[in-house]
Amino acid sequence: MRLLNRSAGRISRHRRGPLAGLVVLLLGLVLTGGLYTAFSPAQAESTSDEELIAQGRELFLVGCSFCHGQNGEGISTARDGYQVGPSLVGVGAAAVDFQVGTGRMPMANPGQQAPRKKPVYNEEEIAALAAYVASLAPGPAIPSPEDYSIDGLSEEEREEAISRGGQIFLTNCTACHNFNGAGGAMPRGGYAPTLHGVEPKYIYEAMLTGPQTMPTFSNGNLSPEEKRDVIAYLGSLEETPEYGGFGLGGLGPVSEGLFAWIVGIGGLVGFAVWIAAHSTRSSKIKEGAEA
Amino acid sequence: MSLDTSKVASTNGTTAATASKPSKIGGVATWADDRLGLAGAMRKNLRKVFPDHWSFMLGEIALWSFVVLLLTGVFLTLWFNPSMGEIHYEGSYDQLRGITMSEAMASTLNISFDVRGGLLMRQMHHWAAMLFIASMMVHLLRVAFTGAYRKPRELNWVIGCLLLLLGTLEGFTGYSLPDDLLSGTGVRAADGFLKATPVVGSYMSFFLFGGEFPGDSIIPRLYIVHVLLIPGLLLGLIAAHMLLLVYHKHTQWPGPGRTNDNVVGFPMLPVYAAKAGGFFFIVFGVTAIMGGLLTINPVWKFGPYDPTKVTAGSQPDWYMGWPDGLLRIMPGWESVIFGYTISWNVMIPILIVPPLMLVILMLLPFIEGWITGDKRDHHLLQRPRNAPTRTAVMVSLMTFYGLAWAAGGNDLIAIKLDLSINQITYFMRVMIFLGPLIAFIVTRRWCISLQRHDNEKLLHGYETGVIMRSPDGGYSERHLPISDTAAYTLTARDRDEIYTVDGDTDSNGVTAPGSRVQALRAKLSAKMYEHNVQKPTAAEIEEAHHHAEHEHALEAGLDHPADGHQFDGHSDHTVEEAPLRGGH
Repeated sequence: MRLLNRSAGRISRHRRGPLAGLVVLLLGLVLTGGLYTAFSPAQAESTSDEELIAQGRELFLVGCSFCHGQNGEGISTARDGYQVGPSLVGVGAAAVDFQVGTGRMPMANPGQQAPRKKPVYNEEEIAALAAYVASLAPGPAIPSPEDYSIDGLSEEEREEAISRGGQIFLTNCTACHNFNGAGGAMPRGGYAPTLHGVEPKYIYEAMLTGPQTMPTFSNGNLSPEEKRDVIAYLGSLEETPEYGGFGLGGLGPVSEGLFAWIVGIGGLVGFAVWIAAHSTRSSKIKEGAEA
Repeated sequence: MSLDTSKVASTNGTTAATASKPSKIGGVATWADDRLGLAGAMRKNLRKVFPDHWSFMLGEIALWSFVVLLLTGVFLTLWFNPSMGEIHYEGSYDQLRGITMSEAMASTLNISFDVRGGLLMRQMHHWAAMLFIASMMVHLLRVAFTGAYRKPRELNWVIGCLLLLLGTLEGFTGYSLPDDLLSGTGVRAADGFLKATPVVGSYMSFFLFGGEFPGDSIIPRLYIVHVLLIPGLLLGLIAAHMLLLVYHKHTQWPGPGRTNDNVVGFPMLPVYAAKAGGFFFIVFGVTAIMGGLLTINPVWKFGPYDPTKVTAGSQPDWYMGWPDGLLRIMPGWESVIFGYTISWNVMIPILIVPPLMLVILMLLPFIEGWITGDKRDHHLLQRPRNAPTRTAVMVSLMTFYGLAWAAGGNDLIAIKLDLSINQITYFMRVMIFLGPLIAFIVTRRWCISLQRHDNEKLLHGYETGVIMRSPDGGYSERHLPISDTAAYTLTARDRDEIYTVDGDTDSNGVTAPGSRVQALRAKLSAKMYEHNVQKPTAAEIEEAHHHAEHEHALEAGLDHPADGHQFDGHSDHTVEEAPLRGGH
């Protein structure tokens, strides 16, 4: 205590010194600055968020606004009900991440459907675009890996999740995407794309935002857990081997019929020709004589 | 051909031959023959002669795949439980564990994952079913295109058509048994077809399902149809089909030594027993390889049937694909008569056209026989080109079938070829009428052109490929006469005889009874043979050969392989004595 008093006294002696004010000011600044950095990271991101949104808006004006309008409000054509591009107000970051991340947007050319292709923008640019569109109005956010991963579950829970996901998949998805996730036809040249090799994040976002002709499976319709289970089921299909051998594209009886005729009947007729050509007594020379 | 002299006595012996002690096998055979009396029948039938041609073995594929079906089918019945009782699946397949399903579905999964060799047997059974019906159809085409269905084989043709119908029904019932999503969708469609029948539809549906769809009796009922009723009928009809084949004797291609009254070929024992037996193992082997390597109907991915679920790519097996295709391209026509809906959109493609096609198919030999008025027995086959109208009718029917069949896979055609499913439908709606017509005209003219080509070969010989330049600068190709064997084979066909009505009115001007029908018959007969090219007469061939002789001087040296210098004096290598073509 005495020591403390002594050192306090010593500092106190300088309290009216010429540099005291400056030192206190510096100390105060360091303290506030340090506390600020330590305790308000959210605040820190929000400043760079604004930058991100600004950057996204730049990209948007160059790459997207031609169809979606300069403020993402969409552009209508002269024909009623037809649009050059729909409004993006309220579609949320998830929709942008899905459409741009899978390369569907920007569209290479107008058509029945935007196909999946190599993405045009890199990850940061996609994040910027997503941030900009999300800033237009509230909408679904980009899901985090915990939303669609079953890694955190116990073995038993995982199995349950997979079989539950299978039933949800067969009820809601197979009508268009086929029992195997191989995809199917939609009217007028449209199609439900294959789900093989599609990243879990994009499957989750597709369910959440309902891109193109796909219906939206909102969280009230399929809960986040149910979406996660569907993704787990699809993952399990890709992990399990093809028990029956070569899967023939997983397209159902049409490709089976094709193989029955080409491999089966084709092969067997070939064998019939072979057997008939090999006789006990060869008549080949005579046959060769026929013109 | 060298003579087999081992069976010929080497000397004229002076002592009488004595019977040696019978061998043990001979003793058993004698014992059996004394009691069964089979030796007589066996002696005749084991030496029965069959002609040799690859196309005569197509029906055999059907027979052997049926045997594979019986063998694998018996295996499957040992574990399959045809019950619609609900249970929770607790087997080896993770993704469905704990799911409620029928016992039929659970036992199918059990066969696939927990019975040793079960999945192989299931897949072999399914592949063999596909091959069974496919081989029946290629066999049918062979018979039709060669005119083998003419008298006396019309009834065997009808039996064959019934086999095709029964095979299709057998396939459909088998497809429905596992009670997976695809099966159930198929049964649901069948229920819709029944209900589309006017007046009695809903009664038939309730009768079949034992109440409202799906009920709990359809699987046991289809099971007994699948394992007992239809296989029994199939076995009986296959037996009848083959007994008639033996009774009629097999048809053969015309050629030297082959007439309408003999069969040239090899005996059952040892040649055909070996060939046919070997072919069985090949069919079994191909089915086993397909069953082992190619997935067919992965029921575990479809999951149990549930009326609330459906999957893209819900198609029937291929043989039901063409009615499905007709259904897919049919406009949605319905009419309401006295408050009752008549569903033309289902009736026409399912309940009217397929049975009609089957009747047309069965009647083909009778219609043809009536038009031609041909009452002779035919054991020699016709080349398709020598019956242009028949060939064209078959190709036309095939085109109809093929287009309807393709329409059944319209969704997969759309996604795999980047087409619009709507435009495929519009295209098919037109082509289903236009396609068969175009096919008929093209095929008929094609056949007639081939007939002309045959006559060219008979009269002017074959094209040697040697181009000649005459002294005044014109170019021509040398022709050489074809061999006698080839000429015989080409001319071994009848001239077409157009059916004519002899005097439809008597001397008093009274029309003979039924003369209008006869006139129609004569008209059809004339139309059928119109433009057909008849084989040249002997005099015409003689004349053509005489004409050719005058050019023979130019053809000197053409009895060895042509090298292009036969006629220009620049032939600078020794002439080998090899004939240019077999006979010359």
